[in-house]
Amino acid sequence: MSHSTASVITLNINGEKHTLPVDHRTTLLDALRERLDLTGTKKGCDQGQCGACTVLLDGRRAVSCLQLAVAAEGREVTTIEGIADGDQLHPVQQAFLDLDGYQCGYCTPGQVCSAIAMIEEHAAGWPSAVTADVRPQAEAAPLTAEEIRERMSGNLCRCGAYVSIVRAIAEAARPGVPRPPSPSGELGHLAGSEETEGVA
Amino acid sequence: MREFGYQRVFDVPGAVTLGADPEARYLGGGTNLVDLMKSGVERPGLLIDVRELPLDRIVPTEGGGLRIGATATNSDLAAHPEVRRRYPALAQAVLAGASGQLRNMATVGGNLLQRTRCAYFTEPAQPCNKRTPGSGCAAVNGEHRNHAILGASEHCVAVHPSDMGVALTAFDAVVTYETADGPGELPLAEFYLPVGDTPHLETALPSGALITGITLPPAPVAANSRYRKVRERASYAFAIGSIAAALDTRDGVVREVRLAFGAVASRPWRARAAERALTGAPATAESFAAAADAELAAAKALPHNGYKVTLLRNLVVAVLTELTEEAAR
Repeated sequence: MSHSTASVITLNINGEKHTLPVDHRTTLLDALRERLDLTGTKKGCDQGQCGACTVLLDGRRAVSCLQLAVAAEGREVTTIEGIADGDQLHPVQQAFLDLDGYQCGYCTPGQVCSAIAMIEEHAAGWPSAVTADVRPQAEAAPLTAEEIRERMSGNLCRCGAYVSIVRAIAEAARPGVPRPPSPSGELGHLAGSEETEGVA
Repeated sequence: MREFGYQRVFDVPGAVTLGADPEARYLGGGTNLVDLMKSGVERPGLLIDVRELPLDRIVPTEGGGLRIGATATNSDLAAHPEVRRRYPALAQAVLAGASGQLRNMATVGGNLLQRTRCAYFTEPAQPCNKRTPGSGCAAVNGEHRNHAILGASEHCVAVHPSDMGVALTAFDAVVTYETADGPGELPLAEFYLPVGDTPHLETALPSGALITGITLPPAPVAANSRYRKVRERASYAFAIGSIAAALDTRDGVVREVRLAFGAVASRPWRARAAERALTGAPATAESFAAAADAELAAAKALPHNGYKVTLLRNLVVAVLTELTEEAAR
């Protein structure tokens, strides 16, 4: 059977719709950078290993190098260009600036997008691999430096600016620092926990 | 990358009708498949995008089990309160794998079908019986420090990379699937085929089958369970050895135990010999070590991976000792 190997798709990026023809092989990363001139999202390894290409898909962080553009149709994409509110930086961006959370800056857009979603994941009560007890607790474990390092392990920094990155994220996650809603809104639902069905 | 067609499907019958095409592959999160397509290891002619199928729910069942939809993401599985309450080792296993970004993308069904990270498999210029049957195994006499010590053959010594699958194996998970001819199910213990001389045949799924979900039967023992993973760096790396364990003791005697190993075989490895040796035995470090030895008696180390035998033995003793202390609290 022969199939069409290209499609005209509409992507919703930072609240704006973009219609473009794509070869199905095109990743979201390449569509952003090469087709839509949104070059804030960076290409590092192109294999899902470095996190430089991190964007938000329906509010959740994802690597755009392993996301086919055609499969992103219908989803809300937020890139680093859509994080700030006009000239008002997002608190995570401001903290990176204030606390030198970078050296060369290449991994920074991915770090910032990842950190924004990571703080939401933690606030939603998601445990991590270093959470001592994963059983549902009345009160979530605090976002310690150890938790930040584990939860951000998918974002590599070849300059090794990790010490400042962790400090910046801790500052942005500090209680009392506002967490503006991302343009994509909520983190997404947690699959139904209340319903119980009979054993099949 | 080979050019390919793309179809998004919204119901299971539509998916399996398209899935009958031998050139088609189901696309979940794409975190492994898209990567392998870039390197030319996978060359599908059609991708069937299953993410919009109504299979993303995680539903507690009566009696304490769970039904997990195939398109639930790893993140949703690990965050689900009933997974964390009933099978904490499963939540820990998922959280030990990949990164936050990848767990948000990856699906439960795709996790079971992910391919080995053996460097010879992922490099098309190298011989590999799993990728190109009959071309030979470069790992047997090559770089194999993270290869199999159990259940391998001279034709392939690759390990299955899943963390999640190790916990699912310990808890007797059953995989449900759909084909154009109707539904079916396979216990995870029978899901992965023995390596033998056909390492390219990895699962017992019928051709074109779509995984629809995983059923976990009730397992009260799983409430006291733990997953521990050893890797070459602190986070975001594949295991060099891992263990999922659950333990129930009374008066210092093992009433029930579940043990499964990761990164030691072509599939998550249920340690049934160790479980048999331990049931009814005193819950002591000596019995834990003896049970590990009973399981690892079948181990066949290659020149560079003998450390895994010691590693797994130590993991059994350490994790079961922790679980014994936990239960005593």
